[in-house]
Amino acid sequence: MTQRRFPFLKVYCAAIILAAITLYGLLSALLGNGLWDAASWCALAIPLCVIIAYVVKSYQKT
Amino acid sequence: MISARRVRTWYRLHKWTSLLCTLFLLVSCLTGLPLIFHDEIDHWVSPTHFSGPPVEVPPISFERAVTVAKQQNPTLRTLFVTMEEDEPQINVGMSAGLTPQDKSRKLLAFDAYTAANVTSSQPGESLMDKLLLLHRALFAGVPGELFMGAMALLFVIALISGALVYGPFMRRLDFGTLRRKQSRRLHWFDLHNLLGIVTLCWALIVGATGVMNALSTPLFAMWRATAVPQLLASYANKPPAQKIITPDQAADAARRALPQMKVTGIIFPNPIMSTAHHFLVYTKGRTPVTSRLFTPVLVDAETGQVAMAKPFPWYIRTLEVSRPLHFGDYGGLPLKVIWSLFDVATIIVLLSGIYLWLSRRRTPVEDELDKLVHREESSTGPASLRAHA
Repeated sequence: MTQRRFPFLKVYCAAIILAAITLYGLLSALLGNGLWDAASWCALAIPLCVIIAYVVKSYQKT
Repeated sequence: MISARRVRTWYRLHKWTSLLCTLFLLVSCLTGLPLIFHDEIDHWVSPTHFSGPPVEVPPISFERAVTVAKQQNPTLRTLFVTMEEDEPQINVGMSAGLTPQDKSRKLLAFDAYTAANVTSSQPGESLMDKLLLLHRALFAGVPGELFMGAMALLFVIALISGALVYGPFMRRLDFGTLRRKQSRRLHWFDLHNLLGIVTLCWALIVGATGVMNALSTPLFAMWRATAVPQLLASYANKPPAQKIITPDQAADAARRALPQMKVTGIIFPNPIMSTAHHFLVYTKGRTPVTSRLFTPVLVDAETGQVAMAKPFPWYIRTLEVSRPLHFGDYGGLPLKVIWSLFDVATIIVLLSGIYLWLSRRRTPVEDELDKLVHREESSTGPASLRAHA
């Protein structure tokens, strides 16, 4: 019987990248003002856009 | 290969911690949504007009505001004065007793240019304050705060165990799979997974800082219990301060001791909130990070000498940094809008979680997992785990 490894990276890759982006966004606004705030808004908008993109995609598929 | 037994443990942990906290989490998320825009709503509900721009040191003295407040409420004692940061407003807190928990408490607001009364609703009376009391403690005081803190802790455990079961359930699926056609349950299951994993980091931070905030009362009590006794050793036989200096003199003493700091509030000598011999002056820094960190300065109420000006210990500093990360009020209106969208996503995760539990099938996932565990333990090779819904 062949023992297959759990595909950790395949399953969690997107989650890890999104978590890192979120963490950066949360800290950026805390550490500075002005540009730091703007960078925070952009970073935190990414996970929200990802949700919207996948929901829209699921409705486009016929 | 992850053993089925381990997945079953994570799954049970996720199910039970979620079930226990979901209802209270829903209250938190729903009341939290308007609370994100607390300041904007307050300004909109009761707009106030001031005689000038915001100031750091008020043009009228704190003493003048306190005197006017006393004339208006001769039976109450002054507990504290604070200075608003984004408006030229001095607040005077008064009560018949020694703490603002007293029923007789009153908060007066004055224009820092004219000492004219500014209409201000009493703490706990406005809709936003009521929502905050519900959000923080279910209207149940400190025990309620600790209860909500425990719920936030369960939420954090539910998030971590949820992230752990996400992997085994998603191993055959692409990220972001939303199976809309097969069944309604499968669609909600996929949506629960997608929204949960994408908002995981935000939810973990807001949950963990929620736990910290819930501990603020005991943490401050702990700080007082360690800092105050050594300070009071030299006052052992003295009566409480009689002829006291003005709050402005106390503020000036603190500014001289810490020239780089801003004075934000002054607590009058009081054995519960400060000490019977000292003004407690709150100061904070001026950079984005240090403006979140307060340094308490104790000023002798008779001599005006600074008795202590030491930053708070690490646990209070952690609490102070936790606050903005919980409220989302540290990056302008766009950040608040982002915060509210994450909050809505969390509400959908909670509701879909309830739906998934209520619509669980007659052969629930757990039975299936039990079978896998048995198969795994009875056979020599490990059983593979199928993606379930």
